[in-house]
Amino acid sequence: MRHSINRTRLKHTDSHDLDHAREKLQSVKKEHGDLMVGGAAPAGEALGQGRALMSGTNSAFVKFSDVQKTYDGETLVVKNLNLDIARGEFLTMLGPSGSGKTTTLMMLAGFETPTNGSILLEARSIDAMPPHKRDIGMVFQSYALFPHMTVEENLAFPLKVRRLGRSEIEPRVKRALERVRLGGYCKRRPAQLSGGQQQRVALARALVFDPKLVLMDEPLGALDKQLREQMQIEIKHIHADLGVTVVYVTHDQAEALTMSDRIAVFNDGVIQQLAPPADLYERPQNAFVAQFIGENNQLHGKVVAMNGTTCKVEIAGAGNVQALAINVEAIGRPTVLSLRPERVQLNPTPGTLPNIFSAEVAEVIYLGDHVRTRVSVCGHNDFVIKLPNSEGLVQLEPGAAITVGWKTEDCRALDA
Amino acid sequence: MVTMAVQIAREPDGMPLRTKLTRVERRRKLRAFILVLPLLLFILIGFALPIGRMMFNAIHDDTLLTLMPRTTAALSAWDGKDLPDESTYAALAEDLKQAWAQRSMGAIAKRINYELPGLGSQITSSARKASTLSAGPYKPTLIEINPVWGRQDVWSLLKRGSLAYTPYYLLRSVDYQYGPSGQIVASPPETAIFQDMFLRTLAISIGVTALTLLLGFPVAYLLATLPAKYSNLLMIMVVLPFWTSLLVRTVAWVVLLQQHGVINEMLMALHMISQPAQLIFNRIGTMVAMTHIQLPFTLLPIYSVMKTIPPIHIRAARSLGAGPFYAFWKVYFPQTLPGIAAGCLLTFILCLGYYITPAMVGGPNDQMVGSFIAHYTNEELNWGMASALGAILLTATLLLYYVFNKLVGVDRIKMG
Ligand SMILES: Nc1ncnc2c1ncn2[C@@H]1O[C@H](COP(=O)(O)OP(=O)(O)OP(=O)(O)O)[C@@H](O)[C@H]1O
Ligand SMILES: [Mg+2]
Repeated sequence: MRHSINRTRLKHTDSHDLDHAREKLQSVKKEHGDLMVGGAAPAGEALGQGRALMSGTNSAFVKFSDVQKTYDGETLVVKNLNLDIARGEFLTMLGPSGSGKTTTLMMLAGFETPTNGSILLEARSIDAMPPHKRDIGMVFQSYALFPHMTVEENLAFPLKVRRLGRSEIEPRVKRALERVRLGGYCKRRPAQLSGGQQQRVALARALVFDPKLVLMDEPLGALDKQLREQMQIEIKHIHADLGVTVVYVTHDQAEALTMSDRIAVFNDGVIQQLAPPADLYERPQNAFVAQFIGENNQLHGKVVAMNGTTCKVEIAGAGNVQALAINVEAIGRPTVLSLRPERVQLNPTPGTLPNIFSAEVAEVIYLGDHVRTRVSVCGHNDFVIKLPNSEGLVQLEPGAAITVGWKTEDCRALDA
Repeated sequence: MVTMAVQIAREPDGMPLRTKLTRVERRRKLRAFILVLPLLLFILIGFALPIGRMMFNAIHDDTLLTLMPRTTAALSAWDGKDLPDESTYAALAEDLKQAWAQRSMGAIAKRINYELPGLGSQITSSARKASTLSAGPYKPTLIEINPVWGRQDVWSLLKRGSLAYTPYYLLRSVDYQYGPSGQIVASPPETAIFQDMFLRTLAISIGVTALTLLLGFPVAYLLATLPAKYSNLLMIMVVLPFWTSLLVRTVAWVVLLQQHGVINEMLMALHMISQPAQLIFNRIGTMVAMTHIQLPFTLLPIYSVMKTIPPIHIRAARSLGAGPFYAFWKVYFPQTLPGIAAGCLLTFILCLGYYITPAMVGGPNDQMVGSFIAHYTNEELNWGMASALGAILLTATLLLYYVFNKLVGVDRIKMG
């Protein structure tokens, strides 16, 4: 079951490399499932656990409590952030540029002060604690390796600061380098390493002093695709091996989905949704998340009836749609229907589905493992259907008249 | 195998690739050469030739060889123990007569006067008398005309004159000279001023360099870290001195520092001192004025290096557990060293050549090697001494540069 979720929850399933990487990641997650919150557990359970975390103050490892941040005194870059992070969790902050991810991370690391609210680490406020006392490892997007020191000296730096003896520093540095498979590189300077190697040194340096918490701000942003996927696996391995808590920032939703226990989707300084990856994809709580994570068809309409968990939405000039009432205000209010392309059925038998509409094929794109078909339906002509390239795939031609249908559970009525 | 390689390296038109490459390269080099040619010629004519000429003048002096050809030739057989024999005196008489007739006696007298101060006029007067002599024996007659011709030191000087090259000027520049019988001895204390002068030049240069570093480093740091709004203004203030002439700035210091100048008046008004302090025409005035002039030269290379150090490095160091000072000292400061080296080297070398400023705001004991070179060129027209001092200064500078290069490495320097 889990495997099938993973196969469908990504936008770019056409890449064999990525598939490969993801399968590896899954195996990592399974091997070390016990270390993580919600990692290998079914999606629903993890969500439950997340909620439990949020209500209990004591169990939270890191707690943002009503945190606000403004740089200029006018606009809030972070608005009322409440976030609990469990010990050993891999939490990812995902969101568009300028949504406040780095700012949040910097407040946690101590380089920015919250304008309002407070941050707790192990139930103790760290608002007045300077960065160097927080014992938080940090991997910067630009690596921030010290160019005048060798790899070895870079790694020894946090240990020297902590006044460890030579006899203790050497084996720890060696072990940390071996962990990122850079054993033979200790005498090199950062400038003599490739981007991926520098990245791994930065990772090793952030981990060598055994911090309880490691922050990573788009650590793989500067790497090419293949290297990035390799590093994702390495980071996941290390997370699982050490049981360290990781707060990870990324732009890349595929990265977020494959690596995280939970993802916090940021937009405009607000967490739009905080949930395990599968949940985020399967059960987006609002139109932004639905749009931001994976591919998504949106139909604009108006609520005409509400009936417990479901509702009826009228699409102007096309008829009514049965949908799950997730985030609708009241009857008569506008709403956006969200529907994953792979959940749309082609030419369903009449009567088997509550929602069946006639459509016209506009474009067919062959993508190997699946065929992407753009159709025009209910007055929307950017409606996309993904058809798996399996036996019995119907050959469609542009201009052909077809019918499309979907279940009520696959169609979510969200905020307009 | 071989034939294949040849085939690959041969283009269809039959010309080997290597030949083509060489031809293209040659054309490229020629173009580059033409571009630098004007500057190259300028440097050659305006810089390299005069310097070569100066180095040559420091050891070359053929005054005696050309103006007293017979005497110097006759002296080549002289053993230097007793006075020369009659034939040498005859040659001397011939040379004196000729020099008197050709009015070149002045140059001879001046040359002898360099090494044996006070003898110049006696030599000239003896030549006047010798010009009337018609027959020998010359030895007793010449000694009777003027006892200088019976002096051992005069004859050993003339014998040294039979060579066109002399170490005399270089020896003199480090307080050595020839004794009566041609051996090298230390100069008498009243004329031994050059070692002190070189040490003084060194001390003032080091002092000024240290002061500019001490004053410039914090400002450079501020310039590199302040927001552009403020740093631009600060930068204008730093380079402002470049827009006024050196002479004006030096005179301004005279106005500020003199007996009843602004500083003294102010200190007296504040009752911090009761007597005006001697701030000018001594070492204080020299150091203050030179430091002021040299400050931008030290500061700007440091600033330009600091500009390239990512501020994220300090953050990385802090996150690894280093306090603010430790992070600055171990991570930031070492990265500024190439700038410090460049700035200090520039200032130090420029300081070695100062002479206008010490002449205007320094006392007699603050004159540096430049003042002496100027004195010998402008007032005494003693090109030998001027060249020798210049050559020593140049050699010392190159030597320092070499040592610096060995220790620090010039390739690590950044001028901006
Ligand atoms: N030092 C600062 N001074 C003023 N404004 C800032 C500063 N740093 C960030 N901001 C503003 O705060 C907002 C959020 O920035 P932040 O760096 O947290 O975004 P982000 O989510 O990390 O974006 P990205 O994905 O591009 O890194 C942006 O609008 C940015 O312009
Ligand atoms: Mg960011």
